[in-house]
Amino acid sequence: MVKKTSDNEYLKKVELVSPKTAILKNSLLAFIGGGCVCLFGEIFFNIYTALLRDEKLARTLVSIMFIVITAALTGIGIYDRIAKIFGAGLSVPISGFANSVCSPAIEYAVEGHILGTAEKMFSLAGAVIVYGCSLASLYGFIYYFFLGGNA
Amino acid sequence: MNNRVIELKSKPSLTGFGSCVGKTESEGPISQDFDMCFSDDGINQSSWEKAECELLSNAVEIALKSANKSFDDIDIAFAGDLLNQCTPSSYSFRNKNVPFCGLFGACSTMAYSMLLATLTVDGSYADTAVAATSSHFCSAEKQFRYPVEYGSQRSPTSQRTVTGAGAFVVERNKKQKVFIPRILIGKVVDLGVTDSSNMGAAMAPAAAESISEFLKCTKTEPKDYDMILTGDLGKVGSILLKDYLINNKGYDISAVHNDCGLIIYDLEGQKVDSGGSGCGCSAAVLASHIMKRMNNRELKKVLFIGTGALMSPLISLQGESIPGIAHIVEMNI
Repeated sequence: MVKKTSDNEYLKKVELVSPKTAILKNSLLAFIGGGCVCLFGEIFFNIYTALLRDEKLARTLVSIMFIVITAALTGIGIYDRIAKIFGAGLSVPISGFANSVCSPAIEYAVEGHILGTAEKMFSLAGAVIVYGCSLASLYGFIYYFFLGGNA
Repeated sequence: MNNRVIELKSKPSLTGFGSCVGKTESEGPISQDFDMCFSDDGINQSSWEKAECELLSNAVEIALKSANKSFDDIDIAFAGDLLNQCTPSSYSFRNKNVPFCGLFGACSTMAYSMLLATLTVDGSYADTAVAATSSHFCSAEKQFRYPVEYGSQRSPTSQRTVTGAGAFVVERNKKQKVFIPRILIGKVVDLGVTDSSNMGAAMAPAAAESISEFLKCTKTEPKDYDMILTGDLGKVGSILLKDYLINNKGYDISAVHNDCGLIIYDLEGQKVDSGGSGCGCSAAVLASHIMKRMNNRELKKVLFIGTGALMSPLISLQGESIPGIAHIVEMNI
């Protein structure tokens, strides 16, 4: 294998000199950003519930609304600027997932609709789908067999 | 061979130069020095890759014009960029009827292409050679990181890939022109940095190795040069280089050191974290700001060190560290 020549003294120096990510500031911004997203969702959830008198449908509509808004903001090139500020506050809600699907779809559109957009669309979101589905299956298994969820 | 510094007996001259940059660079502190600025990074093309071809083609044409040459006069062209298969370089020279060598030296490509062009001219294998290099923020992001519209936060050690290109025409010694008396080909140095958002740290040891070797072999001191100019170490890499040279090699270059990645942007105002990077960074700065200052005789002796992080996203994911390389081109007038 390739010869490794790690210099611990140098790596320590790198650690010392490199500016650190502002964890406190980023966490606070993520808290505010994520909070705003949730507040926005709650307001529309209440509006939809009042209008449709169906909580399940209202929840679905809120998710769809976030996906549509994120896709539109990604398309006009604004989403990444907002996400840069609020970080996890926007990437953890469904907006982050929508952006991770839309952005490669736009980026690779020049390579064609099939081999570009369609094939690359899940290059980032694929990991979320794989592990999301795996965990959901595991949870379903436990729920069904051990928590009496077959009712 | 004891002495790694190559003396170019015919002292090839840089008879023409041209630079071409994108939006962010044209809003930076040295925007007035670039030959051509685009207000849109798409450069009126349908893809980032084609936009980069356009940048490089423009830089080469400007360089040829300033040397009063045409494509027919070029005996050999050395060009490189960051993309797979050297796409922008190969496509820029498509059907130009010019003998062409496509290079990959990561961000060191400007120095790499210059030293190959000067060697060829010095060895009388060519009368006129072209050295050209480009990079594009969006095409590099697409290949090495995420799609441009993906919302992610950047580390404060990260650098912004410069959207820009630079080109030089190299000919045998012409009086009153910047010439290249000595070059040094770098070694691949890897001290174990694995963080791909801290390229400056990965490249600094290679730069230190090349600089100390050059100074030792030529028996010169940092004060003998008006400027020791590294390619794209950025803020973090520059600190590490100076520190490493003082502590491990006994040279203090802080009085004359500068870095293209620090020159091209206003780090705070343009929010580019640790500075500029990419092979277009040193190419665009050298073929504009530095050459103009040399031609005005503000700078007479410049040691240009093209620094490259030879990173492959694939082997990085396999747990490997990032090797660096640094080639040196001495420029005098």
